[in-house]
Amino acid sequence: MRVRSQMSMVMNLDKCIGCHTCSVTCKQVWTNRPGTEYVWFNNVETKPGLGYPKRWSDQEHYNGGWTLDKKGRLRLKGGGRIKKLASIFANPDLPLIDDYYEPWTYDYETLVNAPLSDIDPTARPHSQLTGKPTDVTWGPNWDEGLAGGPKTAMSDPLLADMQEQVRMTYEQAFMFFLPRICEHCLNPSCVASCPSGAMYKREEDGIVLVDQDRCRGWRYCVSGCPYKKVYFNHSTGKAEKCTMCFPRIEVGQPTICSETCVGRIRYLGLVLYDADRIEEAASVPDERDLLDSQLSVFLDPNDPEVCAAARADGIPEDWLEHARRSPVYDLAVRWRVALPLHPEFRTMPMVWYVPPLSPVVSTLEQDGYEADPDDIFGAIDHLRIPQQYLANLLSAGDTEVIRGVLHRLAAMRAYMRKREVLGQTDDTLPQAVAMTGPELERMYRLLAIANYEDRY
Amino acid sequence: MPFSDQQSAGPLMTRAHEYFRRGTANAEGWSMLIDRHRRSEAFYRDRWSHDKIVRSTHGVNCTGSCSWNVYVKDGLITWETQATDYPRTDPDRPDHEPRGCPRGASFSWYTYSPARLKHPLVRGGLLERWREARAGGADPVAAWAQIAADGSHKAQRGRGGFVRATWEEVTELVAAATVQTIKEHGPDRVTGFTPIPAMSPVSFAAGSRFLGLIGAGMLSFYDWYADLPAASPQVFGDQTDVPESADWWDASYLMIWGTNLPMTRTPDAHFMTEARYRGQKVVVVSPDYSDHVKFADDWLPAQPGTDGALAMAMGHVILSEFWVKRRVPRFEEYARSYSDLPLLVTLRQRDGAYVTDRFLTAADIGEGGKNTQFKTCVLDDRTGRPAVPNGSAGFRWGEEGKGRWNLLLDGIEPVLSLHDRSDADVVAIDLPRFDIGETEGGGVMRRGVPAMRVGEMLVTTVLDLMLATYGVARDGLPGDWPQGYDDASLPYTPAWQEAITGVDRRMATKVAREFARNAEVSGGRSMICMGAGTNHWFHSDETYRAFIALLVLCGCVGVNGGGWAHYVGQEKIRTLAGWQTIAGALDWRRPPRQGQGTSWYYTHTEQWRYDRFRLEQFASPLARGVFDGQTAIDAHAKAVRLGWMPGLPTFGRNPLDLADEAQASGTDPVAHVVQELKSGRLRFAIDDPSAPASWPRVFFVWRSNLLGSSGKGQEYFLRHLLGAEKDAVMADELTGDDQPGGVTVSTDAPRGKLDLLVSIDFRMTTTGIYSDVVLPAATWYEKYDLSMTDMHPFVHSFNQAVPPPWECRSDWDAFKAISEAFSTLAADHLGTRRDLVASPIAHDTPGELAQPGGRALDWRAGECEPVPGVSMPNLQIIERDYAAIAEQFVSLGPLMEALGSTVKSASWKPVEEVAWLAAKNGIAANGRPSLERPQQVAEAMLALSGVTNGRIATEGFRSLQERCGVPLADLAERSEEARITFQDTQVQPRRVITSPEWSGIDEAGRSYAAFTINVERHKPWHTLSGRMHCYLDHEWMLEYGEALPAYRPPLDFRRMLEGGRPVVRDGIPEIQLRYITPHSKWSIHSEYQDNLHMLTLFRGGSGIWMSPEDAAAIGVGDNDWIEAYNRNGVVATRAVVSHRVPRGMCLLYHSKDRHINTPRSEITGTRGGTENSLTTITMKPTHMIGAYGQLSWGQNYYGPTGANRDSVAIIRKRTAEVTF
Repeated sequence: MRVRSQMSMVMNLDKCIGCHTCSVTCKQVWTNRPGTEYVWFNNVETKPGLGYPKRWSDQEHYNGGWTLDKKGRLRLKGGGRIKKLASIFANPDLPLIDDYYEPWTYDYETLVNAPLSDIDPTARPHSQLTGKPTDVTWGPNWDEGLAGGPKTAMSDPLLADMQEQVRMTYEQAFMFFLPRICEHCLNPSCVASCPSGAMYKREEDGIVLVDQDRCRGWRYCVSGCPYKKVYFNHSTGKAEKCTMCFPRIEVGQPTICSETCVGRIRYLGLVLYDADRIEEAASVPDERDLLDSQLSVFLDPNDPEVCAAARADGIPEDWLEHARRSPVYDLAVRWRVALPLHPEFRTMPMVWYVPPLSPVVSTLEQDGYEADPDDIFGAIDHLRIPQQYLANLLSAGDTEVIRGVLHRLAAMRAYMRKREVLGQTDDTLPQAVAMTGPELERMYRLLAIANYEDRY
Repeated sequence: MPFSDQQSAGPLMTRAHEYFRRGTANAEGWSMLIDRHRRSEAFYRDRWSHDKIVRSTHGVNCTGSCSWNVYVKDGLITWETQATDYPRTDPDRPDHEPRGCPRGASFSWYTYSPARLKHPLVRGGLLERWREARAGGADPVAAWAQIAADGSHKAQRGRGGFVRATWEEVTELVAAATVQTIKEHGPDRVTGFTPIPAMSPVSFAAGSRFLGLIGAGMLSFYDWYADLPAASPQVFGDQTDVPESADWWDASYLMIWGTNLPMTRTPDAHFMTEARYRGQKVVVVSPDYSDHVKFADDWLPAQPGTDGALAMAMGHVILSEFWVKRRVPRFEEYARSYSDLPLLVTLRQRDGAYVTDRFLTAADIGEGGKNTQFKTCVLDDRTGRPAVPNGSAGFRWGEEGKGRWNLLLDGIEPVLSLHDRSDADVVAIDLPRFDIGETEGGGVMRRGVPAMRVGEMLVTTVLDLMLATYGVARDGLPGDWPQGYDDASLPYTPAWQEAITGVDRRMATKVAREFARNAEVSGGRSMICMGAGTNHWFHSDETYRAFIALLVLCGCVGVNGGGWAHYVGQEKIRTLAGWQTIAGALDWRRPPRQGQGTSWYYTHTEQWRYDRFRLEQFASPLARGVFDGQTAIDAHAKAVRLGWMPGLPTFGRNPLDLADEAQASGTDPVAHVVQELKSGRLRFAIDDPSAPASWPRVFFVWRSNLLGSSGKGQEYFLRHLLGAEKDAVMADELTGDDQPGGVTVSTDAPRGKLDLLVSIDFRMTTTGIYSDVVLPAATWYEKYDLSMTDMHPFVHSFNQAVPPPWECRSDWDAFKAISEAFSTLAADHLGTRRDLVASPIAHDTPGELAQPGGRALDWRAGECEPVPGVSMPNLQIIERDYAAIAEQFVSLGPLMEALGSTVKSASWKPVEEVAWLAAKNGIAANGRPSLERPQQVAEAMLALSGVTNGRIATEGFRSLQERCGVPLADLAERSEEARITFQDTQVQPRRVITSPEWSGIDEAGRSYAAFTINVERHKPWHTLSGRMHCYLDHEWMLEYGEALPAYRPPLDFRRMLEGGRPVVRDGIPEIQLRYITPHSKWSIHSEYQDNLHMLTLFRGGSGIWMSPEDAAAIGVGDNDWIEAYNRNGVVATRAVVSHRVPRGMCLLYHSKDRHINTPRSEITGTRGGTENSLTTITMKPTHMIGAYGQLSWGQNYYGPTGANRDSVAIIRKRTAEVTF
């Protein structure tokens, strides 16, 4: 056992209001400069939708992440060293600028400076890459709020195996928001893809960085990352990516995206894990076992043996204390309501998500006249977001995992309603989801009260 | 955070696939540790570093009012992040941090943006003429007279060609225009517009104080924006008071109905998302699958504008199940004390049945005492006779009512319903319904009520009328009653609404039942959040009254976690008293000259010439015919002369000359003016609205993008008010009998009324583009000010992160400079003058008892005598020392101590505070406390308001409790020593103190909820009866059939298309869609939509959202260029096709403006307009009512709203090449 500590994040999609404040504050602090105009270390996508860059999760197209070879060994999906050397000047897996978007601005000056003319001035868009007038046809969030839905959303890769069930119609409309940053994976394929050894995962906190002095701009990290969260700075010619705001983390401040998250959906916490078991855990044959295998790599910070081993590996005492108080550990490991994004990429991502509830499908609400007004929440099997869709995003297609999480959220709401409105304690509710009342209440406090010191 | 400092470069972990370096592999040989330097990490540490962090906020009318940290590096603003140090409420509820949104987070982009205004600008042609006229040192005032007479600069408006000038030159030009206009035309021809004081009261007050001192008019904004929920003054007698968003946490059933909380209440939406985990159920009513639908447990997709039908059906279910089949003691007890449901209403015979009439009053039953016509009655169960409970307006005014203005029943047991009483009969009444009928006035339904005789009169209760209206049958009552929930033939059943709204009848029933049941078991914790989606309609007051009725029936108003939560534009100026004093210059002169925005714009943009809505078409079939032959401007003219509403300019003459003449008449000057009016020698300006003598001449706009954002009927503004060369109006003027009969209609509609349009802003918008003079303002990170709202209980400060760059100035400094230039010129040209100020009869004054019975008697028609303050406006003569304006502007005047302040019946004299301010701020040249700098103004506002000064709150409550006779002072006494100073707000957001300025209780561990003082302390609402009103008995309300809540459909949109020049039918397919303009996700509230970050995060400009089916019908694909038009104008934009949108409607997010990526229209050749190019002003006469209880004038309190949702757009694909 080799104990490492990982700074990790949980985002509660059920609370995400899709405001994009995280994107903007991150942009302003980190990528508001030449060469990174099109770069959003943090972006928010409407689901269903194409995302940024378009269809990023389609690894049949981009060949990011890991795969198992015929012998069951873990291999980069984009190919090994030899293939890379062969294609080093023409990487076929790279996204094109149009897959992101061509950044633009406007000739705002004309509003002030326009000479006397026959008509009122208007500022027209021009490309930030070429400086020429442009017609804006795609952006980093073009399909926000189901815009362009019928045309674009059906190409969402998550719908690939669901064409029979999902139609882009008013009657079946559903959506939610997915904020994304770098996953700071335990098994980062970007690092493994770098021919220059410029990428590294920090030992002390697991943050994955690009060494700007060593990067040679080969961009295999860009194609190797299945989340497309490494970007090419076209001004410096180097790769750049989300740093998990390490200059803030190092002085005890949460990341910008977390602190400015108005929906209060983000939690930051330390997770201890066994670095010796990564390959084994990432290599389980069945994709649906990846969640459990990743969880099995995490170490219980309350276990004296783990603590002893951690101390031996140089982890300071206050870090252990914070690992014990980690909201990420509670949500992901203890209560299992947070799930990894696309575990099937086998990178062992460390930004986890609580899946969203959604309105019930009204066509199933046929009991209005007889409805019991004291039983007000819809059944989770009748929610508008198809469970398969969430499963394709968060559990390698396993809907039972999604059901398990949604059941726990629903039980928490029902339990708290009885207590807060009717003054009753109903222990059958926690029991039905294999929890206790006090546990359910702790979960409620972390998810609902969620004050600053509990989130970070 | 778990980390201490961890900057040391320790051993590193990296990957086996590195080509050139290898370290020690781990146990599996899978990864390795590599030792090497990590110097490149310094790049990101440098990027993060900064020199200082300054707290500020955003002065935008979004109601967010969030505290932000602004980062400064090398003297430049770099970025901003939210402050997280809000005071905490309670460990069992979420904190407020972090409040903010992406719009706010990107605001610093404006600081150095290329659209920033850096220098004073003047339109080239105007400046040239000015310099010519001033050549050789010619007198500036004479120079302006020459330019105004010439007027040729007007046609250049909007066409570019600005030239840079100096502050000195520009302020002199502006001052000369102002002085000359006052001299020749009168001070009421100078007008100002700036909205929403709460978003920066000092900046607001800058202009309004200058304008107030010179006697210019300030226009209202809340009603003009259509954000004023007219139902609030109607029902509550309060402009708007609502729960802070943290109180959503207390609700256990939340309906979100017309407000997109995550999108438009971004900083606080978490209180809703989190309350769900506490067991709150969320129901969303919305036509499209919008952001807030994501959080719903149930989604009710009602068709746009039909919300009132759904609410009425829910009322039907609640009355049936919780008031008739089963009775809920808590609901009934609540209704007896706090609502008008037990009040007795007289019935009048008409066509073989009865119709509802006015409230029975103490005068009707022969009670002695004062103000008996304003004391409403109940039936006392103990005696079986009518009784007069405390609390009505009759007790609010006069010595006799002292100690009795309260809601204690004092032993009276009000009967709620006369049903099954042996002393009651049963009669048939006719009630209006609006879902059928030849005109929009609707039809009639006949239903029965129990009624009893009181003397000659037949009376029933409001509850009995409600049950009849809602169609809830009871034994033995005659009439046409629905046969059950499935009966779709009669209002207001679930099945009936299904046909209108499209919402499944069972869903409507289920939600209504759950809503009421939740209120029953939780003590009233059912809440409805409502907003623009339901409030921006012409008949939104009726829709809102249907919502509020649900809350009143379930005992939810005035309860934490319950009640109405109206969220659009209701930003709350918590420091009301201090702001009002300084902004209105009440410390120097009273009253200020106030205008009403909607009617002012309607009049002066000549939209009334095109308005095809005639009032009788809306009048109930049961009406007496008051509105026959009338148009909106006729009603407005009447409302002005009856003292209900202001009209600016007021008279067809200069009020300074009029005052001189009156003074010289030898008789009482006011009597002289009355006589002149009565004889017809003097006319109101509104009587001849287009005459040059009625024109506004100089207009100031600041903190607002009037033309690009809020100007309903934008193209009419360009044509008539501004006289711009191009506009896209396609409507024809009314002719012949269609024209208004109550005002003079001149044959030539004037173009270009304004001589000078001045705007002050930090960026160039359509308003700036069309102005004559544009002055560069400081941004929100470059000035000092205050900010607050009702979404949270804190007061924030604006602070200078950097000084205003280039030649920018704060609004305060800009108007100070103008006032100095003004005084210099005024000394010679004006001196000291008398000014005749006419002001409407105001709410919260004894004037609300002026017109008993709510009868509209017209002195001009000989129906009564003209008496100022009774049957016509108050008339006062005020002296103005025009040379002293600059001095008065920067000092707190003596009326502060002499007259003190009165707010909503609470009074105090801030003698101590004036002394304190003299010490704190220092003394101005005239010996008064200084207001030289914005920080000093903010300090004065805080010191003079109860919410930030416990001494004032306590003194105010003491005066109020004397009137009420119930304990109130203790609400503030615990904070009597508490003060919030400007420095306090710079350190941390500060939580306010409970004050009589507002209706709720601000105390530790509790969220603010409106009307908790009324419910917990039995303090009356400021209404006729002192109770919440379901019934409104003013004559005009009865005429419109709106005595009770009802469903009134959206306006018949065909009229939006009638009377317009037809577009050439060239075979291009077109579709007509209901046209909705909600608030955008990508603009800072409704104005700042030109921010590059925000434009990047969606589609780089505006777009009209439409359904795939409607788009396909006209061959439009996603992102295609389209044109939307109707008789009011045209919009050139792109299509956003989405299945989120239902068929039959389209959405163009407010505000589009026209200065970003807007091509020329292929239909008109003009610049494709804003969202308001397709709207027009329509005024509802019931919003003009005055001088009667809660239906009395207050600026931004009551007045016609600029409704903008009842429109329709014709959409077609653009075929010609896009040109700019």
